[in-house]
Amino acid sequence: MTTTTKKRCGKKAADGRFGPYGGRFVPETLMPALMELEEAYFFYKKDPEFKKELAAILKDYVGRPTPLYEAKRLGEALGGIRVFLKREDLTHTGAHKINNTVGQVLLAKRMGKTRIIAETGAGQHGVATATAAALMGLSCEVYMGRKDTVRQAMNVFRMELSGARVIPVDSGTKTLKDAINEALRDWVTNVRNTHYVIGSVVGPHPYPIMVRDFQSVIGKETKSQIKKVIGKMPDIVIACVGGGSNAMGIFSGFVNEEAVKLIGVEAAGKGLDTDFHSATLCVGSPGVLHGTMSYLLQDKWGQIKGAHSVAPGLDYPGVGPEHSMFKDTGRVKYVAVDDEEALEGFKLLSQTEGIIPALESAHAVAYLKKIAPELKKGTSVVINLSGRGDKDVSTVAQIFKEKKNE
Amino acid sequence: MSEGFAVIKDKDIKASSRGIDAIKDAFTKAKEEKRSAFIPFITAGDPNILISEELILALSDAGADIIELGVPFSDPVADGPTIQASSQRALKNGITPEDVLTLVRKVREKGCMTPIVLMGYYNPVLQYGLSRFAEKMVEVGADGTIIADLPIEEAHEWRRIASINGLANIFLVAPTTPISRARFIAEASTGFLYYVSVTGITGARTELPEHLQEALRQVKAVSPVPVGVGFGISTPEQVKMLSRIADGIIVGSAIIRVIQRHVTEKDIGFEVNPNLVEDVKKFISELVKAI
Repeated sequence: MTTTTKKRCGKKAADGRFGPYGGRFVPETLMPALMELEEAYFFYKKDPEFKKELAAILKDYVGRPTPLYEAKRLGEALGGIRVFLKREDLTHTGAHKINNTVGQVLLAKRMGKTRIIAETGAGQHGVATATAAALMGLSCEVYMGRKDTVRQAMNVFRMELSGARVIPVDSGTKTLKDAINEALRDWVTNVRNTHYVIGSVVGPHPYPIMVRDFQSVIGKETKSQIKKVIGKMPDIVIACVGGGSNAMGIFSGFVNEEAVKLIGVEAAGKGLDTDFHSATLCVGSPGVLHGTMSYLLQDKWGQIKGAHSVAPGLDYPGVGPEHSMFKDTGRVKYVAVDDEEALEGFKLLSQTEGIIPALESAHAVAYLKKIAPELKKGTSVVINLSGRGDKDVSTVAQIFKEKKNE
Repeated sequence: MSEGFAVIKDKDIKASSRGIDAIKDAFTKAKEEKRSAFIPFITAGDPNILISEELILALSDAGADIIELGVPFSDPVADGPTIQASSQRALKNGITPEDVLTLVRKVREKGCMTPIVLMGYYNPVLQYGLSRFAEKMVEVGADGTIIADLPIEEAHEWRRIASINGLANIFLVAPTTPISRARFIAEASTGFLYYVSVTGITGARTELPEHLQEALRQVKAVSPVPVGVGFGISTPEQVKMLSRIADGIIVGSAIIRVIQRHVTEKDIGFEVNPNLVEDVKKFISELVKAI
């Protein structure tokens, strides 16, 4: 990295490190592009014109600020605590992913890139990228594991409607991990005219910082909103963690508020003692995947394991490097709830509030339900409701039907 | 980090000129014979570990100056479909980094002296333990590494460990690398420098980039170590064209394709055509002739 960039950033992790995590483990072909991206990002981040344009898009197109809604019936049902939902589910395209994609695509356009690529698991990030690319008139191709294109057929169609081309990936596990591999290979090949929009706080520097910054709007809004309502900081903030972008977004507003307890909820899938979960921070170990050092699900030889969750957006065997650091420092507590519990959370929020959460976000609700009996009456809790559940309705209907028949 | 291995290292290098010295010698010999060094690649354990052993001996016989031996990884982002499939076959066979090291030991026991460079990705080496891996490489008689996702900025620790063990640490330079950076990388590279011929992933190509020869000349001009060129080279004609400029020529996917043609996937393991080793040897001989 150049010294000018260091000066420009002047903030922790300017070199892309979060303690021992982060860094830039990529083929040499990509190194110049990552340096160019870093340079451009730290420049435009402070550029008044860029900031103005992004702010306008976030307000008028994405629909920000999103409400912070007090879920009173849920609070009562959980024994008299105060629960606030940060309504990222109400953004355009229905999840927090859009905060990042409009930022990155706008940046790519300023950098003179003509083509956008992305990976997607559940399809939410793919839809958000296709949407941003359509908004800004850039061509867009999205890599998606073959299995996911089947599980999330509606999102494939949404991407195609927005003019993107969806490329099914047949290598490896045919899910998100391999979609990222394929997107990286595309980028290695077309790096001169292409920007790769990574959808989470993962990947090589500067992605973990850049994606966190674009998502930090969630934390900033929440902080000022909760202050207005209860006159102080909340006691607890809870978010689900796959790669960890929505969690990083909301936590970033509270990391320096030491009294606020931060909890990241991973997917325990079919159980932490099985091979079918995505609880990277809870039971994984440090290693290098997709350009960054972080906790991973891997075997003793360093081969990456497949991940599982009923929530496709949590289905990733890695996690952001900053989360990895927060695990080690203890600033954030990482826990996991399994598929069954997540489905209970899904039902609970739907029934008490008429809000159908994404299965990913349902993990955060489920964890709150789990700890509610231990919380004092009046405890204030913020949940980042990272997405809405429309995409999951048919999956859940299928599961409930199978249960009935059992 | 134990004191013991340093002793093994010294003895080993003196006995048989391994590590950086072995690679240097290979390039010197090729230069004296006024030709490029020929560097074929295969994945350890594809289609199985016994055939890999035969293949290494055959490559050596057919005139390989250095052999690149792939350490399979689950997520090879720098590789095209051919080498991905090759890694997958090896992983399906349960091949671990330990097996790869044992394979090197076996071919050394059978008298193969050709330098062997392990090529792969960082995580398996990291999980093995950097020092332990380097010590073990020295012990079995491997000579160096090419780690595709370990750019110079991340390589401090591995460079230090490779260096105290006398192992070559070969960096890559790509067409996207500015020449000032290429110089910086070349100066840190030991054994040789790997010039990636195309902006892209590994895989045989019918045509190489137009300006490859010129780009290669520029990189050679700033490199204190020999420059090998690889990615996409698949035919005797391409080898011939490059042999006038490159110090070394690396062929991977084109060889793997020959292997792949002789392999049929079964429920358990792979069925292998008995002509495999002979046919690979034939193909290698054609490439060597073109140099």
